[in-house]
Amino acid sequence: MSEFFQEFKRVMFENNRFDFILDGLKNTFLITLGSLILGIALGVIVAIIRSTYDKNKLHLQKNGGISYYLFSFFNAICQLYLTVIRGTPVVVQLMIFYFIIFASTDNGVLVATFAFGINSGAYVAEIFRSGIMAVDNGQFEAGRSLGLNYIQTMIYIVVPQMFKVVLPTLCNEFIVLLKETSVAGYVGVIDLTKAGNTIAGRTFSYFIPLISVAVIYLVVVIILTKLVGMLERRLRNSDH
Amino acid sequence: MTTNETLIKVEGLKKAFGKVEVLKGINIDIKKGEVVVIIGPSGCGKSTFLRTLNLLEEPTGGHIYFEGTDITSKSANINLHRQKIGMVFQQFNLFPHMTILKNMTLAPMKLLKVSKEDAEKRALELLERVGLADRADSYPAQLSGGQKQRVAIVRALCMQPDVMLFDEPTSALDPEMVGEVLEVMKNLANEGMTMAIVTHEMGFAREVADRVIFIDEGVIAEEGTPEEIFKNPKSDRLKDFLGKVL
Repeated sequence: MSEFFQEFKRVMFENNRFDFILDGLKNTFLITLGSLILGIALGVIVAIIRSTYDKNKLHLQKNGGISYYLFSFFNAICQLYLTVIRGTPVVVQLMIFYFIIFASTDNGVLVATFAFGINSGAYVAEIFRSGIMAVDNGQFEAGRSLGLNYIQTMIYIVVPQMFKVVLPTLCNEFIVLLKETSVAGYVGVIDLTKAGNTIAGRTFSYFIPLISVAVIYLVVVIILTKLVGMLERRLRNSDH
Repeated sequence: MTTNETLIKVEGLKKAFGKVEVLKGINIDIKKGEVVVIIGPSGCGKSTFLRTLNLLEEPTGGHIYFEGTDITSKSANINLHRQKIGMVFQQFNLFPHMTILKNMTLAPMKLLKVSKEDAEKRALELLERVGLADRADSYPAQLSGGQKQRVAIVRALCMQPDVMLFDEPTSALDPEMVGEVLEVMKNLANEGMTMAIVTHEMGFAREVADRVIFIDEGVIAEEGTPEEIFKNPKSDRLKDFLGKVL
C-alpha cells in the first residue's frame, strides 16, 4: 500500500506537477461558469423569440405589416442556430471556433468559453421554452387583462414562474456542461482532463493521473448534484 | 343604477376559430352602471363573447366601442383600455409567485405609476372590504377557492376599472364557497359598478341583473329584464334551456 502512495506522490506531485491539476481545475471552472452565463443569456433571448412567434404567429400574420416579417426572420435565425448547434458535435464546433473563426487569437480559454456558451445556449433555449410553455396560459391572460403589455407580462409574471419550473433542469445542464468542457484540450487549453493527460505523458504512468482526474470530476459533480437536490426541495417547499 | 350613458357598444361582433364560427354577429349596448348577466347553454359562445370585450379573443368581424373608442381598430392601444376593463376568471389566475398584496399592487404600480404606499393602502382597504385583510402577506396557494376569487376581484378593482367582466366566477368553486363570492359581486353591483357576468347561477342573475342576455348558437336569442327572461320566456330555445337549469 505504501508503495502505491510513494508512486502516487511521485507521479502527481514531483516537479510541481500538481500545479497542472490546479490550473486545469481553474480553467474547467472558468469555462463552465462563463459558458453557462453566456448560454443562459442566449437561451432566454432565443426562447422568448421562439415562444412569442409561436404564440402570436396567427395574430401577426393577420395584421400583416413589418413586425410579422421581422419576427419570422428572427425566428428563422433561431431555428437555424438550434438546428446547426444541436446537429453537430461540440468538439467540431470548438475546433471551428478556435482554428477558423477566431484563428487570430490564441486565448484558448476565452474561445472555449465562447464555443461552449453558444453550444449550451441552444440546449438552454429549449429548456426555457418548455418552461414558458409550462406556465398556465391563464397567468398570461390575467397579466394582459390588467393592462400589462406583452413584455411586462413576460418579465413580471411568466419568466419568474418559468425559472422555478426549469431551475432543476438548468442545474443539470450546468453539470453536463462541466463534463463537456473536458474536450477543451483539443484546442490547447489546459483543462482538468488535459492536465491529467499531460501528467500521464510526462511520467509514462496513465493509471494514477487519469483516475485522479476522474475522481475530481466525480467529487465536483456529486457536490453539485447534492446542491441541486437541496434547491429542488426548497422550491417544492415554497409551493406550500 | 343604470344610466343612459353607453359604456360599451358592440356591433355585429363575429368570432371564428378556424372554420368554426362561434359568434355570428352580436349587437349590444351596455350602459354605465348596468349589470348584464349572460346565460346560455355550454358551447354557445357566451365566454368567448365576454373575452372579446377586452380582446383576449380577437374578433374576426364587427366593432367594439369602449367609452367611445373603437378598440377593435388597429390604431387603438388595447393595453390602455384594458386598464379600465377589469376581468375575473373562472380559474382565478392569481400569480402564485407573489403575495396577495403584491398580486394587487403590481399593475397599479407599473401602469398607473401609483406609489408603493398608496397602492398598498388601497389594496388593504379593498381586502378589508372583502374580509381578507389578514391574508395580505399570504401566497395564493394558502387560500381557499372562495378566498382566491375574492382576491381576484379586488385585484381587478385595484386598477379602478370602469367595467368588470366576470367569466363564470363561481364555476370552479366548492358549493359552500359560492355564496361568499356572489356576496362580493352583489355589493359591487349595488355600488354602481358596470358589470358583465357569464354565470350559471340563475338565482343570482335574477336578483342582481338589470338585464339578462340569452346567447344561443352564437347570437343573442333573447334579452330582457330578469322578470321577462325567467317568468315569461318567449322563444322555445330559452324555455328549453331554463327547463334544464332551473
